[in-house]
Amino acid sequence: MSTLTLAVELAYWQQTTIRAVVALVAVLIPAGTLVYLFLFKMMSFMQSRLGPMEAGPYGSLQLLAEVGKFLQKEDVLPRKADRVVFKAAPFVVLISTFLLVLVIPGGPDAFFIDVDTGIFLALAVSSISVIGILMAGWASSSKYSLLGALRATGQLIAYELPLVLAVMGVVIQAGTLNMQGIVMAQAEGEIFGFGAIGNPFIITQFLGFVIFLIAVQAELTQPPFDMPVAESEIVTGYLTEYTGMRFLLFFIGEFATAGIFSALAATLFLGGWYVPGLDPTDNLFNVIGPLVLMGKIILVAFLIFWFRFTYPRFREDQLQTLAWKVLIPLSLVNIVVTGVLKVLV
Amino acid sequence: MTATADPQQLSYIAAQAADARVNIELETEGMTLNIGPQHPATHGTLRVIVRLDGERVVAAEPVMGYMHRGYEKLAEVRTYPQVTTLVNRIDWLGSFANEVPFILAAERLMEVEAPPRAKWIRTALFELSRIANVVLFLGDMGVQLGAVTPVFFAFRDREFVLNQIEAVTGGRFHPNFDRIGGLKDDLPKGWIEETRGVLGRIRTFCDEMEDLVVGNEIFQARTRGIGVIPADVGLSYGLSGANIRASGVDWDLRRDSDMGLAHGELDWKVWTHPDGDSFARYWVRLQEVREACTIVEQCLDGIPSGPVMAKVPRIIKVPAGEAYAETENPLGVMGYYIVSKGDLVPYRVKIRSASFNNVSITPWVLEGTYVPDVISILASLYFILGDIDR
Repeated sequence: MSTLTLAVELAYWQQTTIRAVVALVAVLIPAGTLVYLFLFKMMSFMQSRLGPMEAGPYGSLQLLAEVGKFLQKEDVLPRKADRVVFKAAPFVVLISTFLLVLVIPGGPDAFFIDVDTGIFLALAVSSISVIGILMAGWASSSKYSLLGALRATGQLIAYELPLVLAVMGVVIQAGTLNMQGIVMAQAEGEIFGFGAIGNPFIITQFLGFVIFLIAVQAELTQPPFDMPVAESEIVTGYLTEYTGMRFLLFFIGEFATAGIFSALAATLFLGGWYVPGLDPTDNLFNVIGPLVLMGKIILVAFLIFWFRFTYPRFREDQLQTLAWKVLIPLSLVNIVVTGVLKVLV
Repeated sequence: MTATADPQQLSYIAAQAADARVNIELETEGMTLNIGPQHPATHGTLRVIVRLDGERVVAAEPVMGYMHRGYEKLAEVRTYPQVTTLVNRIDWLGSFANEVPFILAAERLMEVEAPPRAKWIRTALFELSRIANVVLFLGDMGVQLGAVTPVFFAFRDREFVLNQIEAVTGGRFHPNFDRIGGLKDDLPKGWIEETRGVLGRIRTFCDEMEDLVVGNEIFQARTRGIGVIPADVGLSYGLSGANIRASGVDWDLRRDSDMGLAHGELDWKVWTHPDGDSFARYWVRLQEVREACTIVEQCLDGIPSGPVMAKVPRIIKVPAGEAYAETENPLGVMGYYIVSKGDLVPYRVKIRSASFNNVSITPWVLEGTYVPDVISILASLYFILGDIDR
């Protein structure tokens, strides 16, 4: 166990408590930022309107108002719903989100857990949310929910594969599954002998980055892959029967996962908490690292949400075709090319 | 009775039984899904009962009448000028166009004709309401397919068209401006120049939609080859308007019959598309908005001077007789059949509205499609609920 940033020795329970609180913050702050910055403001500007302006300066407190609204609402249970499963489903989705955030490092010593199988763990726990979605859809005893849940399951499982395969290229180049190791590999690497900016894998793994972003978009069930929650067809899919607090949990889960997948993309492809030109072992990064990471998260999330507000949605057979016939072969080619170059160079 | 001991025969029977069991076990039950009457995609209260096998539609049946307001009956107790107030509310997005065929039918019965200036202004307003109507479709189609942004552009630019209609008629949604024998008022000062600017905006909007929606690969994947209506099927179901022109039928009342408006004196083009799919319907409507801009522009250039009202008695009594007038409205052919007994009120009014026929094809066209395509096909057929249930 390494120590935290401050040169104070903390007991194990103190470290754990701090990490738990920080993890909660690390889930909620990016989620809130993304909702305000992109869902409220960027979407509005793209659609030639202002978005929320009344609550706080430029509507920045709108989010609190929304949360307050959701908390006040009645918690409606459909009569025929499977009560236990129905109530548990949002928490299962959130568990996956909270487990995901653990692997993301914010600095050389500022991390939650430092395991050698970091990225593997992340991709494994990200699949837990499928179970929650299936639970929600099945327990709602609504046809729209069921259709949505089945669509979601098929889609999430299909896009898990390109997601994993796109990461493989990075792992081959970095030579490690450890997230810190991947950041270090980007900080200290060089592109064909040119090492002034390190080796952010977005340059050498551009294909992997594109595939990763597309797969993330599908994992988040955002347009153009929002077939499971297509509001004009199946109302809101598995969310149809949820109100109030439980809907809010799903909502937080969705945007927190968006933030965390952006963080994963930032760590894997943009160099994580590292800024080129500085010494990566500098203690400074424990302080500015999380901020740098946040900046990169916003950069990646901007891309994700840009697509979200621009594109219409695929039909589910079309998006399966895209996953199995285009993305997976492409990512396999990427792995082969990366492997060959790794051996040769 | 001889016992069957032949092992070959026994195994055959066993295989048959096993087959039968498997068939029973695999027998699946279809699901009936009620799309509507309260559903985000029906923009109103249309209900479509679809029987599903997985996500494939086995049978679809539209249920209409949730918004029936009895306008045909109500018209029987209203004087002729009062009826236009009612019919404004049939196709509420392009409401001025609803008044025109009724007034034309009444004028035919009374044997009066609107002066040329009134005709030209009517044509301009008629086409402006077409723009106001179809522009919203161009954006809304995106929403039905999951792209939320185009509809905001549509509402933004439609606002300017509504402003122009309001400037002339005083009503944004329900102008109630057409009178038997002409129009209520002349154009306000400066309107012609302002309208030119608005038409420029609409043309820019059309270009935006061409880039944002028509050129989008996902949009094309979702609409090309989806919901194909061959010309003969479309005609047999009585489709009209852009829906039938998208199937390659070159038929537009504005050109092919003397509607009583100024279209015959203007230079414009009827657009058709050979494919008959959802994409073709979108594309034809996009071109029609552009063509409507051309028509309005020519109207603005060429409005003759003169009065806007013919000599009509103050209290309108329509002589006994029957008349039918139909026009090419934004949604398709709209017609009014008026039977008069020489009273202050019509004896009977029959309204032929386009959406009713356009929706009647849904059982045919939806069969065998997927649930997401149900929505895109319904959206591309473009109906207004008020136009289905009058």
